Formats: sequence, C-alpha cells, structure tokens
Amino acid sequence: MVKHRSADVVLVGFGQSASLLAQELTETGLEVLALERGGPRRTSEEFAIPWVQDELRFAIRNELFEQPHRTTVSFRHNARQRSLPMRHLGSFNPGTGVGGAAVHWNGQHWRFLPHDFELRSRTVEQYGAGFIPDDMTIQDWGVTYAELEPWYDKFDYICGVSGQAGNLRGEIQAGGNPFEGPRSRPYPLPPLKRDLLSTMFDRAAIEVGDHPFPGPASNTSKPYKNAYGVQMGACTYCGFCEWHGCGNYSKASPQTTILPVLLEKPNFACRTHAAVTRINLDSTGTRAVSVNYVDMQGEEHEQPGDLIIVSAYATHNVHLLLVSGIGRPYDPRSGKGVVGRNYAYQTVSSVDVFTHENLNPFMGAGALGQIVDDYNSGNFDHGRHGFIGGGYIASWTTGQRPIGQMVIPHDAPGWGSGWKRAAKENYLRGTSLATHGSSMAYRDAYLDLDPAYRDVYGNPLLRVTFDFHENDLKMSDFLTRQLTAIARAMKPRAYHANPVARHYSIVPYQTTHNTGGAIMGNDPETSVVNRYLQCWDVPNLFVVGASAFPQNAGYNPNGTVGALSLWAADAIRSRYLKSPGPLVQA
Amino acid sequence: MPNNRREFLKYSLLAGGAALSGCARPTLPDDSGDRLVGPPGYDVPAGHFFTAAERELVDAAVGRLIPADELGPGALEAGVREFIDRQLSGPYGRAERWYMSGPWHDGSEEQGYQMRYSPAELYRHCIPRVDAWCRDRYGGNFAELRAAQQDETLSALENGAIDLGVFDPRDFFRMLWQNAREGFLADPMYGGNQQFIGWKLIGFPGPRYNYARYITQYGKPYPLPTTGLLGRGGTSV
Amino acid sequence: MRGRYIVALAVLTAGAFICPAAGSRPRLDSWAQNARGRYLVIVGDCAACHTTEWGEPFAGDKPVPTPFGTVYSANITPDEETGIGAWTDAEFLRAMRHGISADGSRLYPAFPYPWFTRVTREDLLAIRAYLDTLEPVHSVERENELAWPMSWRFLVSGWNLLYLDSGAFEPDPELTAEQNRGAYLVQGPGHCGACHTPKSWMGGPQRDQAYAGNALQNWFAAKLDGDETSGLGAWSEQDIVEYLRTGSNGFAFAGGLMQEVVEKSTSRMRQSDLEAIAAYLKTLPPGEDTGGDGDDTAVAAAEQFPEGHRVYVDNCIGCHGYEGEGLPDVFPPLDGRATVLSPNATSLIHAVLRGISEASTEARPTRIRMPGFAWKLSDEQVAAVVNYVRNAWGNHASTVDASAVAEIREATSAG
Repeated sequence: MVKHRSADVVLVGFGQSASLLAQELTETGLEVLALERGGPRRTSEEFAIPWVQDELRFAIRNELFEQPHRTTVSFRHNARQRSLPMRHLGSFNPGTGVGGAAVHWNGQHWRFLPHDFELRSRTVEQYGAGFIPDDMTIQDWGVTYAELEPWYDKFDYICGVSGQAGNLRGEIQAGGNPFEGPRSRPYPLPPLKRDLLSTMFDRAAIEVGDHPFPGPASNTSKPYKNAYGVQMGACTYCGFCEWHGCGNYSKASPQTTILPVLLEKPNFACRTHAAVTRINLDSTGTRAVSVNYVDMQGEEHEQPGDLIIVSAYATHNVHLLLVSGIGRPYDPRSGKGVVGRNYAYQTVSSVDVFTHENLNPFMGAGALGQIVDDYNSGNFDHGRHGFIGGGYIASWTTGQRPIGQMVIPHDAPGWGSGWKRAAKENYLRGTSLATHGSSMAYRDAYLDLDPAYRDVYGNPLLRVTFDFHENDLKMSDFLTRQLTAIARAMKPRAYHANPVARHYSIVPYQTTHNTGGAIMGNDPETSVVNRYLQCWDVPNLFVVGASAFPQNAGYNPNGTVGALSLWAADAIRSRYLKSPGPLVQA
Repeated sequence: MPNNRREFLKYSLLAGGAALSGCARPTLPDDSGDRLVGPPGYDVPAGHFFTAAERELVDAAVGRLIPADELGPGALEAGVREFIDRQLSGPYGRAERWYMSGPWHDGSEEQGYQMRYSPAELYRHCIPRVDAWCRDRYGGNFAELRAAQQDETLSALENGAIDLGVFDPRDFFRMLWQNAREGFLADPMYGGNQQFIGWKLIGFPGPRYNYARYITQYGKPYPLPTTGLLGRGGTSV
Repeated sequence: MRGRYIVALAVLTAGAFICPAAGSRPRLDSWAQNARGRYLVIVGDCAACHTTEWGEPFAGDKPVPTPFGTVYSANITPDEETGIGAWTDAEFLRAMRHGISADGSRLYPAFPYPWFTRVTREDLLAIRAYLDTLEPVHSVERENELAWPMSWRFLVSGWNLLYLDSGAFEPDPELTAEQNRGAYLVQGPGHCGACHTPKSWMGGPQRDQAYAGNALQNWFAAKLDGDETSGLGAWSEQDIVEYLRTGSNGFAFAGGLMQEVVEKSTSRMRQSDLEAIAAYLKTLPPGEDTGGDGDDTAVAAAEQFPEGHRVYVDNCIGCHGYEGEGLPDVFPPLDGRATVLSPNATSLIHAVLRGISEASTEARPTRIRMPGFAWKLSDEQVAAVVNYVRNAWGNHASTVDASAVAEIREATSAG
C-alpha cells in the first residue's frame, strides 16, 4: 500500500461533475486532486479528426465506454430472480477516462422542469395522495428549480448551449419551449441549422396541435468563448457526436469547456488509471479520511483528503458507498435504509418513419432536432390518464450510423436479398423518431451488492434489481401514441411504432441515464445526501451526480447533473469551507 | 512540445510505488503526426483465424446473408469474411473487454449473453456443428449446398432449430449476422466494405467532416464521392 | 544533482501531487524580486533556452539546435560553480554585449548577444539583479555537439568581426517615442531578428534583409516587414498587438516555434510595449519581393491542382472550410494569409506533416491543435495540398515539390 500526502479535496472520478467541481474549488486556492480510473483523453490527440469518425471502433466496439471485464453490474428483474452479470455493454454505456460519459454524450442539454423537483407534493396537491401507487416511492428533491436556475444558467454558458428560449424571466418566447421553467438569460447560442427531418417533424407537430421547438444542444451553432474563457468551434454536422469524442471542439465536454483552464492551475492535478475501490472512515464512522485506489500495475494506494467528493458515474457512486459501508443500505423488504434506494432509469420508445424525401440522415449532430414537450412532467393534465410522469418527443438527427442506426421497414426480410433491397431503399429515406420518458421510483427497484459476482478489484458487483412498472408503461404508450400521430401527419411512405418492451432488458441500448441510489432530500430517513449533496452521515463526504436524482424526469440528465455540481460547489465554497460540518441539521 | 508536457504532467500515470530515487524522465508521447495510429488491430493481416473449412462456411454464409444480386455485389465481394477473420483474431474475438468470470448460469433473454465462450470460441465450436447438421440433412457441408438449402439452414439457425450442443444456435446466428453487417458497413480499413460496396449500396458517403453547407439543401443528393478514414481508396494509406 | 528531476518526481512520486510545471505562470510570478529584471527576462524569453522541460528554471542544459550542431544552454542561476553566481557585473555585461564568458572564452551566437548588445546597461543590470534572486541550481556541464569549424570557439571572434555590431540602441530621430520604444524591444531584448532575419551561410544575420523571414528548425519564421501578402503589410497595429497578446488575431495563429514565444513571453508583456512593438513593425517597408514565382494566368486552383483539391476536400474542410475560410477566431482561414503565402512553404509543410498547436494564453487558453497527416499522406500528396492552398481562393504563391516535403519529413521524423 502506497500512502500519499493528503490533498485538500479528493475527487473520485474525473468526468462532468468532477471537472466542474475542480474548476470551482481550485478558485478558492484549495489543492484539488482527481482520481480517474481511465486514461487521459485530449481533443487534439485521442479525438483527432483522422481517426475519430469510426463507427466500428467507438459505437460498436465501445472504445470510450466502461469495460465490463474490469467492472460491470449484475441484473435481475425482481428479488425472486437470480442476478446475472452484464457481460458486455448493451442497455447503457457509462464512460471511463478523463471527461467520463460527457465525452461521448450527444449534447442533449436539458433543464428539468420546476414540477420535476417537487413531483410528490405537486402530484398530491393536484390529484390527491391516492393518485400515487402504493409501491411508488417518488419524493421531492429538497431543492427547487428557482434555486438551481442560476447554476443551470451558468452551466449553459459553460457549455455554449444552442437553442431558443421559451420562457425568459416569465415571458413566453415564440419558437421556444413554452412549458420550460423561466430562464434568466437566453441560450448563449442560437439554435443549430435545421435539417429536412426537423422541418417535416415541425410542420407535422404543429398540424396535430403540439408546440415544437429546437432541441437544446451542447453542439455549438457558432464559434463560442465560454464562461471560463475557453474557445469552442462550430458544429459541422459531421454526424459523429453520439458515442464519439468531438474532434473539432464543438460538442461540450470537460475537454472542450473546462480542462484548458483547469489543467493550467498549479493547485490541480489528476491521476489517471487510478480506480478507487473504497472510502475509509475514521473510527467514529462520521469522517472520511482517505480513499484507496488501484493503479495500472495493480498496486494499491491510499490517498488521504480533507474533503472527499464522490463524482463518478451514478452507479459507481452508489457502488462505492455500499462497498465502503457508508450509509444504511436499502432493504426492500422493510423499505428502510437509503443507499441503493430509488434506482430509476428512463422509459423510451420510437416510431420508425420512411419518407418520400431523401433525408441525408448522415448529416447531423448529437442534439439536432425538433422537440415536442407538451406531454412531459406537469405540462398536461394527468388526471384522466392515470399515470405520473411524461416525456418529450423528438426528431433527433444524430447521423444515422450505417451499422447501428439504419432502420428498415419491420415487414422487410431480416437478411438476404430482401434485406439488401430494404437497406438500399430506406437508408437515406428512413429514420427513427423518439420518445424519451420519465422513470419513477419504486419500492422494489434498487441497487445493492451482488452475492456471487465480483469485479476485477475484488469488490462485489453492483446488483441492479429493476423492471418497468405499470405506471411507466402506460406513460410510455401514451407518448408513443402522441408520436405516432405526428409521424402520420408527416405523410411518410410508411411508419411503424416500437413501443417500450413490457419488461426491461439489459440487451438493447436505451439510454445511459441510470439514476438514484444515493438520492438527495430533506430527510435522512429517505435520502443519502442533503440538498447540497452532502452525505448525512459523513459531512466531509459529498456524492455528486445523477445518483442524487430521487426519480428520473423525462429528460436527458446532464444539464441537471451540471447544475447540481455547480450548486454543490457553491455550497462548499460559500458555506462548508467557512464552517466544515453538516450544512443541514438532520 | 510544451502542450503535451503540461497535459502529461497533469495526467500522471502512477508507475508502481513511490519511486523516489533513480527516477528517469517520464517517456513523453511522441508529438509527431506519426503517432496518430489507428485502432488496435485494424491492420492485422487476414487469414490468421479461420481454418480452410471455416473459411468456406463463413464465405458461403455471408454470401447468403448479403448476397450478390441484381442490386450489386454482396458480403463475399466486400471482403466480409476477411473482416470477421481479423475481428476474431483481435480483442473482440477474445472478448477482451467482456466480463467473463463465473459462475455461469442460463438467464432470461433480458439478462443478455451468458455463455462462457468468446466470439472466437463460438465460431470455432459452432461451425463444425453446423456443417455436421448440413451433412446429416443434405449430405454435404454448408458451402456445398444449393443457395436455397443454405438459406434454410440459416433460417433454422436463426429460429433455434439446429442442435449445436451447449451452444444456442440463435446466439451464433445473431453474432454471425451482426458481424456480417459490421463487415459490410464498417470502414474498409478493417478489411470489409471493400470498394465501399456496403456504403455505396445504401448511400452513406463515409466520414466526411463538414456538412454545414449541405445540411440545409433539403432532399439534394450529397455530391462528394465516398471516402474512408484512410482515403478514397478505402484501404491504402 | 539536486533539482534536475524535481518536477518529474513531484508528479511521479507518492508524496506530492502539486506539480509546478516549469515556466508555468504562477510559479514564474512567485519569483518576483526585481520587477524590472523579471519583466525583461520575460521580454527576452530567456526561459525558452535556459529552462528545460523537466528541469529547474534557468538551470540551462537545454539543447538548442543550430545549423551547425547542438549547443547546450548555460545555467544562469546564481550557483557559484556551475551558474553565474561568481560573475561580476562587468563580466555579465561583457557576456551580454560581446559574447565573452567570465573565463574569457567565446560564447556561441546561438546566445543572441548580437541583439542583447542593444540593451541598455541599466536594463542589463536589472536582468542580472533578477537572476541573482533565483534559487541557485548546481548543474552538470555538457559539451556542445558542433561540427567543425564552429567547434573551434576561437573562430567565433572572426564571426563577431563579420556579424557583431556592438553598441547600445540609439533612438531614430525619424521615429516617434513609441516607435523607438518598439524598435528597442524588437532589436534589443526581444531579439526578434534572431529568428526572423535571414542568416548567412555562417549563421550571421543579414542585416540588409532585416525581418525578411528565415527558415530554422524546419519552420519558417515569417516576414515581419511591410509586404502586403507575406509580411505584416495587411495587418493593423491592433492585429499585431492582438496576435502577440493572445496568440491569435482571428486570422493568424501563433504556432510552431512562435507558440512558445507567445506563451512564455509576448502574452505576458505590457500592453504599452506590445503597442510599441506594433508601431515600430508597421514602420518597416516591404522588403525585396521574395514571394511567388507562381503562374500569373488565372486558372482555377482545383483544375490546376486536382490532386491537391481532392486531398484538401477529404482532409481539411472539417476545420478550414470548403473555401479555406476557416472559422473566425477558432480555425485559421487559409485564404490570403501570411503563413500560407510565405515565400517559404516550410512552416506550412511542417504543419501538414506533423500538426501544429496554437499558443495557449490567458486570453485564449484552449490550445487548439491541428493533427498531423504524415501517417496518411504521401510526400506527393502533401506537396499537392500545399500547392493547392497556396493557389486557391485568390492565393498566389510558389509551388513546392515532393522532394521538399521529403526533406522536412525526414528532418522532423521522431525516429
């Protein structure tokens, strides 16, 4: 065991949350050290244009993602089933390496709605407590949209988000999302160029009475200098955002928005290939003193720190708490305990459309598209539908990679000459429209440690016990019907709905939006961290990321992950450092 | 190369223990254009994995999955077998990044792949069993059958109707079809999609870097010729 | 051996994780003892030669390539034995003005005393005073690796007869006070001509062609004279200031050897001094027309250089655009710009082969980097694309052939 000199702040993981926290906390003069299990990644080297646009290498062989041979999860639908390991990636693609999943994300940059943060109390208020199913364990977040807005705003201006505001300080703006929470400023950049599919979707959505608007994109529509002074390029619509790194500085990632200034700071450093395996507490169990990590050679190290911030991918945050014995593990039988509680995901479906027009679908950007948000969150009356939640409907034009994203009519042969003909006839004239729905929390959906399988470091795997519930299936089918109406109005040659499967499967890709397990809240009986993401039981430990979401909203999480990170960083700077200790009395 | 130095300093790779003495300068990454090498194994020469018998079956099978027909050449002509051979020789074939520790149990469909075999092992074990099944049923190896018989065999595999012992025929079919499409539609530097046969069939122009001036030209065909990561020749650097 | 590997060790060892990268901004500032001397050391970019990547600041031992071989820079910390701690002020002045070491031996003119001789006594002593505040570092001596005849130090005196024009700067009565300040900085401590003025076969500055551009280390230090296309004729004073302060003025980017000059020196200079430099440079007349033996007939470049056009479209449009328009303030445009149109295409070829980083400064921290294409493009293809961009979009410059590319490929090859 190699023992290191103590750092003021130790960050576990060096992705989106950690780079924001590091940038903000180094401003106070603190010495900040990030420990990253993967390798260094630079726009100019690893994402250099000659190699990066390679579907096989990145999207199919998963070069930038978590490597299951090191660590994975096990999965089962319910407590009666035997959990089995996820042997290769499928349903979700957590990142590894500097920048984390914010390197290979699309840039679909959302704010959650005011309603989302107060979901339980607003639902009770509007529909009565009886509207919430008995086994649904949704909660308010303990923080409101209004409180987070300055941090959403700051994150927008760090990422250079392209979009059209729909609500500026309470004034509804033409062309934007009329349902969104009030913004203090417009988007830093105008929307991306609109492709043919977006115009077709837009027209059809208006025709059926919806309110389409350009998707908020962390793909720059123009050259941009961000809030930290970092320069970004402008998107060229090359079609290789999703699951790839960006070679021309135009998709927001830690590399393109933060690291050029952060890496210059003498009070910051990152150790790569440092896989954290445990957080060590002192004998009282109320103070974190250090973390253990394993380097490339398998050597174990101990890194002490005054303030320890767990800022890895959501599932890893929860895993680290569980293997370190921090917080009371959740017990689904009694409903007591908190760590692992309220794991949620996302509920998605699609409608394939086959158009008369040549869509040139290979031209695209990770977050290029038109959106309908009429059926999300509290934007519509749920009373007559009998479910909680909702989601957005989108015509994303992300590049239609030939191996993985080509759509052919469902009645075409699966292989042979018939497949070939269908591929030839439909690649340029076919695409998939999406619904992106919320995922509520349930008593029997949770994370704990697997009794049988271990990772390469010897820790038990994280066990995911999860299946879709009636509420979310109903919600998703409702969204699918709305989307189908739009698809029909596009007057395509053909269309075909792919509703959400009745049971969750870990095989096909859905979203990398795993949430919960170390949720935030105002009551230590039902949350792991307080409203500032500070661990109730261990005040010098913060747990930052989507692991804090009490349930998942109908949006992609990264905008909220960024805002929460900045909110937590501010609480540490303005309050914790002045008086280290619990920021909220239990 | 101050740019690299600075980043290297920040991204220190910890080499073992506290080597306080005798520490030489860390080796810096070479800053020249030459170090932008391709993905691991892309230039592995073909012919390393499959045996002659395996080659015959794979050629015949991918030739039926994506046949040459009136729409043009198919997987065989595109070099898909060579692609699969290289892939199986490399990290993918060895399931290098997969979680391959026991205990081993069958699971539900939704729990995904639960076999203890890597893709390379799956091919190695399944191909002779498929040939045996063909000999038994049609009196010849798969490659020797008529096209219609080959199609029947592939359908039987797809539907789980061929007994491959401990191997699930549907897993093998899924892998073969996935790899065939990969080989037909991946960059030609991996050995398949030769002369951009796959990309030209569907109309994908390859990795072009800038569509900013074309994306608003609705419905118009993209004018530039197909290219690959290594250039318009597809395989030549 | 104290110190040599401190920086590396700080990174690699268990104990310390804060790594004071040599020459990084905060550390340099923390040595503030003598503001004037420290500032002049920045203006003179002394660290560029006297601080190695992994070494202690100003401890020397950095290999400085010259056309005649490699010279290792001196330790200029106040170490009594291996640095200049034992030198008297008079010895220091003699070294700076005449290139003579304290022991009487001749210094090689890789050390730019032909420029430092213009620096005032007051400024030279301020530099000395500042250097005296540094932490002394004991270093090893290292033999230079020079080919004959330059390996004979005494021959340098003959070189000095030919090329050393001693004497402090004298203001030009024709120029304004600001222009004279700029002239002093350019000709004296900034020693711009050390790179930007052509050299004779003996490596001496050809003062009659001052700032006409010069090839060194497989780059071409650009023309700084008033030439409209390949010099600074088309730049405003504000453009020059912006370039020196931030590393870019939106259409020209500091890369190659200039990357370090901007990062370590000009980006940290006073605004008034940058303005003075710009004011002086704008007084330089266009030099001899060395550019363009290109064909005057207007033929579309795509037809004239079809292979170059093809290579360009397949590899370059992602950043530089279909028409070489670049992206304002991010990716350099290639139409009508000095680096592209320089009479000497060395820098352009070098950049295409090996890539090029822009300078990272407070104002522009990103350090955008163009990847190299040596792995992908043949010498013929590089020549073709270079010729295309030098003659497309209204550009007009001489062509290069594959052998010129081959030479630079060889000279810059890591192996």
